[in-house]
Amino acid sequence: MLRISTGRGPRPAMGSNFETFSWYYFRVSGAVLLIMVLVHLFIMHVSNDVSCTTYAFVAARYSNIFWRVFDWLLLTLALTHGMNGLRIFIDDYVRKPGARMWLMSIAALLLLVFFMLGTITLITFQPVTSALGAQCLPR
Amino acid sequence: MWSWLFHRISGLGILLFLFIHIVDVSMLSFGPDVYNQSVTLFDYWIVRLLSLSLVVAVLYHAFNGVRIMAIDFWRKGSRYQRAMFGAVLVLTLVVFIPVAYIIMLPALHWLTQMPHSTAGH
Repeated sequence: MLRISTGRGPRPAMGSNFETFSWYYFRVSGAVLLIMVLVHLFIMHVSNDVSCTTYAFVAARYSNIFWRVFDWLLLTLALTHGMNGLRIFIDDYVRKPGARMWLMSIAALLLLVFFMLGTITLITFQPVTSALGAQCLPR
Repeated sequence: MWSWLFHRISGLGILLFLFIHIVDVSMLSFGPDVYNQSVTLFDYWIVRLLSLSLVVAVLYHAFNGVRIMAIDFWRKGSRYQRAMFGAVLVLTLVVFIPVAYIIMLPALHWLTQMPHSTAGH
């Protein structure tokens, strides 16, 4: 279980192994993200120009289930890795009990909302066939 | 200490971009016109400059992450941590320069005020 020090009273009792899990999670997800993010950056900014990553480009890409699964894994790992980082940020720098509680709650809500928004976008995307064809933006 | 501070700042910056990126990708749900409009935004030369800061943050965070894992899991990791920090900085720069050139290339003609068929917005 995750126990967060509220700043009131004594520190939470040890015996929670969430911090150990978190420590390993940063490293394991980081190792996977290292490969996935660099592949993603290469595809979107080097082998293709950003002006060619249009709706038609995404439609062609997402006709293959592999890229939807790839992007969902990227979303999940990057968001949980990043939000765990934000949690440690708040834990380190916010001292006031009330502010800690609010910021931790907002962070948890942000994680949920952005995870759901990304997942829904990935799952529900059905390309409009009229938009297929030329991929680069007109100049 | 600098490696630690850069790691935090780059991580926070990447997380901020991730939020923006999830929102801009969600424009897919509103059809091709809306989505392509959001792609147009990323085509502006000033946004291309901003994406360079994303690239440098990602590269540093990735390479320094490897350094952190080396310190944690490699027996001689802490002995060479300083040398590895230097390697992280060099590697970040070496990978960044060609990528930055490729990203800015479509906007370079606009920046130098030269008429060109692929000039940006």
